[in-house]
Amino acid sequence: MSDWYMLTFVGRDRSGIVAKVTSAIFEGGGNLGEASMVRLGGNFTIMLMVQYDGSGESLEKILSPVCDALKLWKHVDRIEGELHHHLEPDVRISIYGADRAGIVAETTGALAEAGLNILNLESDVGGTADTPIYIMEIDGVAGKGIDVLETALDRLAREKNVETRLVPIDTLMG
Amino acid sequence: MAVLDILTYPDSRLKQISRPIKVIDEALQQFISDLEETMLAGPTSAGIAAPQVGRFERLVIIDVSFKPNIPNHGRLVLINPEIISHEGSVVGREGCLSVPDFTGNVSRFERIHLKASDRAGKTQDYDMLGYEARAVQHELDHLDGLLFLDRLVSRRNSLFRRKVHNQVDLPKQ
Repeated sequence: MSDWYMLTFVGRDRSGIVAKVTSAIFEGGGNLGEASMVRLGGNFTIMLMVQYDGSGESLEKILSPVCDALKLWKHVDRIEGELHHHLEPDVRISIYGADRAGIVAETTGALAEAGLNILNLESDVGGTADTPIYIMEIDGVAGKGIDVLETALDRLAREKNVETRLVPIDTLMG
Repeated sequence: MAVLDILTYPDSRLKQISRPIKVIDEALQQFISDLEETMLAGPTSAGIAAPQVGRFERLVIIDVSFKPNIPNHGRLVLINPEIISHEGSVVGREGCLSVPDFTGNVSRFERIHLKASDRAGKTQDYDMLGYEARAVQHELDHLDGLLFLDRLVSRRNSLFRRKVHNQVDLPKQ
């Protein structure tokens, strides 16, 4: 049975990165699993599950030419696949405010204490260079219930000067 | 009564358009009972559509009464259902018995006015909103060969509205 690997790529954004990286993996005998690919600042980042019948070293060799050509940093880790076991989020939390150091650590720390298991977090820095704003969207599982999270968010809004919003995710199964 | 097998994507039959029902006979009544039993036998769901069990006729069953404190009409058998008018839109998360282990965000009309025949063949009108309206739109899509996968909106930046069903009253019938 093939092994699963987590591949990480980071480099200056340019067109064609996804196509060239995934072609190299496909032609080298790898099979793609789930992925997160996103432009962060001026960088393009990829985290990609790959099923591959060989060692991590041989997978790195397959990737080297394309990474050299595109000037991408790469990293390869052996992982367990664990596909087909998605956790369902039951809450979406939005937080935004004037950007400052510590905003993510403070808010996610309080939410973790209130029982939140983060499944997906996406954040952007908007506004201007002089007055940047930080915007965060989180999907997660409320391990201690939604009321506990609401209380934590109210406190964050009051004490940390951020705007917060919680919306229960009521997944419809049809 | 029987629990029927549910087709799962990538079974291409889920992408076909179902035909209108012309006759409500004993055989159809039996099928409706089987479809209902199938819906109840699986994981808790808001509805089921005939094509999900391989019968390509325009019939769905809806029931969101298991959710506390939301406006609903109880369990409905909808034959040849049609959305006559709609209002607003809202993003919510959906999954499907025919698409295991995946859920995603879908934009749906917030309110709908629906016309359908009931099990006795009588034409009925319904005003629906929120979760029940979403369930109907999800199931009606099956009749046109559409899955929620055809309507996914980006996870990033998709807007959820807060507790819509608590903010508006169900229109009087």
